[in-house]
Amino acid sequence: MADDALFEFLHMEIVALVYKEQATREDIDKERVTCVSTLDAMGFRVGQGMIERFTKDCPTFKDDLDLMKFLCKDFWSTIFKKQIDNLRTNHQGTYVLQDNKFALLTQFSSGKQYLEEAPKYLAFSCGLIRGALSNLGLESVVTAEVSLMPSCKFMPNLKSLIN
Amino acid sequence: MSRQSNRATDSKKMNSELFTLTYGALVTQLCKDYENDEEVNKQLDKMGYNIGVRLIEDFLARSSVGRCHDFRETADVIAKVAFKMYLGVTPSVTNWNPAGDEFSLILESNPLVDFVELPDNHSNLVYSSLLCGVLRGALEMVQMAVDVRFAQDTLRGDSVTEIRMKFIKRIEENLPAGDE
Repeated sequence: MADDALFEFLHMEIVALVYKEQATREDIDKERVTCVSTLDAMGFRVGQGMIERFTKDCPTFKDDLDLMKFLCKDFWSTIFKKQIDNLRTNHQGTYVLQDNKFALLTQFSSGKQYLEEAPKYLAFSCGLIRGALSNLGLESVVTAEVSLMPSCKFMPNLKSLIN
Repeated sequence: MSRQSNRATDSKKMNSELFTLTYGALVTQLCKDYENDEEVNKQLDKMGYNIGVRLIEDFLARSSVGRCHDFRETADVIAKVAFKMYLGVTPSVTNWNPAGDEFSLILESNPLVDFVELPDNHSNLVYSSLLCGVLRGALEMVQMAVDVRFAQDTLRGDSVTEIRMKFIKRIEENLPAGDE
């Protein structure tokens, strides 16, 4: 039973590694996009694996909202030790998951210091959500927004098969 | 069994898997980025070192262990307190050399390698190299220079995982000049 601290430290090192690797590139914007997608891809694999073990014995969800609630409560508490504080949706496939004290940001700052660094530390978690949703049968694009640490919002946009 | 207790044990297990899965994703990424296994081992060791130098503070804050008086005590603390706290396993401390400055940690099971198999073209990969770095980094912060390596690895066909730790020297604390 690995301790949470281990995951948090490992995550920090992974972010540092990914950005260090790309530091040799000259195009700063390209660098940012590549790093984010590398971290997102790693998170994706982990999210898929996690949800697989998690939902082995669970009944199926009755609809997307039910599934999102599961993500916000059970899944989030297991991984980040607390539930999502606020879930909003436009009932058309866009959701906003707000975590007022996101575990991977609490060590950073409370407020606006280091705000520009924050997105690096959210990319993996975006992938995590995307991976979890993917294994639950939902394709999505997940972005994150942070304006006041350690609070942040994750925004999965579910791609509907019908549309 | 009540649903609550099921959730609690599942939750702990899940966390272990979170770390294991994340570590797996990391190793996979490194194998993509670097051409040979030796490089990957080195990277993992370096990352482990960076984690270790920070982890020791977390460890000292959360455990109530005081200063270790000798290397034997250090070995016991590593096996019975640190490994238990962070990885949920307690390796056994054995194979002390006559000088008392080298020992082995034997792990019956290594949480990092759950569900992992090494493909044939990565026979030189020491998958859990991160652990060596963590131990080295952590001990350096408490003034001990050690050499840590894997002597046996279940992923490479051995029956157990054996980490060999050797005490090199005590690192003197650097006091600023003029500080009495």
